[in-house]
Amino acid sequence: MSRVPLPYGPKILELFRNPKNAGPMEDATVSATAGSPICGDVIAIYLKIGEGDVVERASFESYGCAANIATASLLTEMVRGRTLKEAWGISWRELTEELGGLPSIKFHCGTLAVGALRRAIRAYYEERPHPDWLPEEATLEERQALEAEELGERLSRRIGGEKG
Amino acid sequence: MFSVEELLKAHGEPEREVYLDLENSAPVAREVLEAMLPYFAERAYGNPSITHKPGWMAYDVVQRALEEIRRHLGASRPEEINFIPGATEANNLALMGAALANRRRGRRIIVSRIEPLNVLHVALNLLRPRGFEVVEVPVDGEGFIDLDALGEAVNRETILVSISAVNHEIGTIQPLREAVELVKDKNPDAVFHTDASDAYGRIPFNVGELGVDMATVSSYKVLGPRGVAALYVGEGVEVERLLEGQLGTQRLWPGVENVPLIVGFQKASELLFRDFEGNTSHMRRLRNRLMEGLLKSIPETLLNGPRERRAPDNVNISFLGCEGEALTIELSLHGVYVSSGSACTRRLLQPSHVLTAIGRRPEEAHGSILMKVSRMYCDEDVDYVLRVLPGAVERLRGLSPLKGEGGDV
Repeated sequence: MSRVPLPYGPKILELFRNPKNAGPMEDATVSATAGSPICGDVIAIYLKIGEGDVVERASFESYGCAANIATASLLTEMVRGRTLKEAWGISWRELTEELGGLPSIKFHCGTLAVGALRRAIRAYYEERPHPDWLPEEATLEERQALEAEELGERLSRRIGGEKG
Repeated sequence: MFSVEELLKAHGEPEREVYLDLENSAPVAREVLEAMLPYFAERAYGNPSITHKPGWMAYDVVQRALEEIRRHLGASRPEEINFIPGATEANNLALMGAALANRRRGRRIIVSRIEPLNVLHVALNLLRPRGFEVVEVPVDGEGFIDLDALGEAVNRETILVSISAVNHEIGTIQPLREAVELVKDKNPDAVFHTDASDAYGRIPFNVGELGVDMATVSSYKVLGPRGVAALYVGEGVEVERLLEGQLGTQRLWPGVENVPLIVGFQKASELLFRDFEGNTSHMRRLRNRLMEGLLKSIPETLLNGPRERRAPDNVNISFLGCEGEALTIELSLHGVYVSSGSACTRRLLQPSHVLTAIGRRPEEAHGSILMKVSRMYCDEDVDYVLRVLPGAVERLRGLSPLKGEGGDV
């Protein structure tokens, strides 16, 4: 339970201070949430999708640490103007590099943001023809988001049980 | 990977700075620094155990410091005070040293669930694997130790009990005298240790009146330098040394005494106790303004720890729906320096064990902020924090997808 020094890069601090595309989107085509308040990080991604499945606008909401807010903000900038296929291709590693790096203990912030984005993209194609580039099986980032949520559930049950 | 220099440049210089993270480190008071400075190069730089003038001068300085700390702790003799290089070292020595010295009498060691990690982890990670039986006594929702459970835990096998006088995170003032009586009633041979670092100079604390056998006090927690602490070990209490080497004036810790730091600790203690009533009532007044002001002006908060029987310097509040690490950084950008019990600030991503022990759910602990005031602060500092904090909480809550679900996110 020791603390870790977290020397964030200046870009993280800047995006934390002045996040881009923060807030819910009234006219979003699709949105998705990933993470657990019990673990202390939740990211919601909103997408406005136009013709040719291009992301016209993206926005985010975040409950979490500074890295969480910064990664979510950066991701919404990275996907704008891209097709959903291109947006799907953004990995947590690419996002982390674009951010100028993350302390290893904060890698999950990158996977959570990408996990939320991919969830939104999957939701979009639920009622549309399934494109061939969209894998049937959950990707690493999606699995990790799910794991964080399951961990939260377990913690919640354990503490609830102790109290009861 | 990162340049901290660039990070600091991006951070910038806030218009005003209020450092409230006195739990984790503290600036040395100016008068303390000035008292220390001559002892690095000009005065009493000898080894206090060697027979020459600089050595005798150093010996004299150490003796005066021992006497000063003795007086404030209410110990009978200066020999009962030991200077140790830090409270972590002192607590390790107290627990390990007393357990080893008394291991033939029994194996049971009792600690509370909210002890600082330099007590709790010594018991759980060092003593338990070496064959000692560790019993953790629970606390109630405000951090007060369960005296019934303590009484039940003490048996003939019990060699050591360690319970802090004041909790370091939530400021709970324990009924220490009752706890000591309870333990000694059932087993007069059990050694009672208390970490008094958060009691020293904040509440009346006297080892003689309380009947404790060992007590730790930390220098930086009274605005002295880091790297020095004192361990009171009452006459007749057996403690084994953990380190070996050349012994000097301190029988429990070998090596050359760090005279400048000892002088600093003495000076910090002197300043604190010169006007104990004035200092503590000043702290209490500022603390109450800060605590009540925050609870009143910010919705969806939880006070961690008690309102009554709380150390006069401690504020610990959970701002629900806010993540603590983000809040510490947001406040830092405004020059208000605090710490959080959030999981995000820790290696194992688990929230503070103290907050979990008083029944806080993880999502409640994640939003916790710990602040401590000292005699060095003024009303304008509190005004500034009261002006900055509501906006910081509001901004982070505004970014969260959990809003609307309120505090019980």
